Amino acid sequence: MRWATRAGVHIDRAACAWLIRRHIDPDAEFLFVDDRTAVPGDATAFDMRGVELGHHRGDCSFETILRRYELHDPVLWKIAEIVHEADLADERYDAPEGPGLDVILRGLSMIRDDEEVLALTGPLFDGLYEYQRRAVLLNRTPG
Amino acid sequence: MAVERVETGGRWVLLSYRIPREPSQPRIAVWRKLERLGVARLGDGLIALPADERTREQLDWVAEEVVEHGGAATLWIAEPGSVEQERAVVAAMRAARAAEYRAVIGEARAAAGDEAERVRAVRRLRGELRRIADRDYFPPAERDSARLAVQDLAAQAGRPEAGRPVTEKERA
Repeated sequence: MRWATRAGVHIDRAACAWLIRRHIDPDAEFLFVDDRTAVPGDATAFDMRGVELGHHRGDCSFETILRRYELHDPVLWKIAEIVHEADLADERYDAPEGPGLDVILRGLSMIRDDEEVLALTGPLFDGLYEYQRRAVLLNRTPG
Repeated sequence: MAVERVETGGRWVLLSYRIPREPSQPRIAVWRKLERLGVARLGDGLIALPADERTREQLDWVAEEVVEHGGAATLWIAEPGSVEQERAVVAAMRAARAAEYRAVIGEARAAAGDEAERVRAVRRLRGELRRIADRDYFPPAERDSARLAVQDLAAQAGRPEAGRPVTEKERA
């Protein structure tokens, strides 16, 4: 399947792309467009204004996708809190990792193009997932 | 001050919006969000931020929220008609942040009590400084003073007896 999002990928879009590839569509192909009208008819748009998989009712796009695809994995929801705070910093959640992740992604987007940012952040989110998975299993900070 | 042209690149992102008066909750939520972003209020339902990737995206999502709640919103990239106008907007934004930094300085100086209380004040004020800095596009001189004031308080919190200046008598 083809998926389209705004060019100039930042935290929410990078996290969504990872989520789509790992949990929804392993063969996902991503397109980066400058305007909503440039989204091809066969592509599913995400993290853009006026699309289903965007920000809704205070949720960031990552949270919207979790709801839309009924992904109830508590580890993914923990990551959603971090992505939400990195993206919106509205203090809806207590996720001190957020501001740090925001800075890392901003820096990365300054030196790499969108394709590369997705390639580089894949393992980053895999690692974040593993860390949070262990935290959930152990019910404490993993060593 | 030609410098301010460089700071904004002369480009601003404008959000023109109308949101129903009732129910008031979404209207207030949008208002609060715009306050948190430190926007310049240019008129009724017209706000501005210096244009960059981040501010554009932030206002894009506010626009989406307005539309979701039955309002109307359009986003524009604009250049001020004159340097004079831009300067006035920048000065107002800088003054608004300066007032926030002064409040932090006041609270840092007023923080008294035992060490635990000072530690709590440091934590709270650092968070406050971070939130102000995130919406501070034209840093006023008060920014550094506020950082120093909180740093001083942190130093005192770490050394319980250092809360007051050492008197000449004690030194001798």
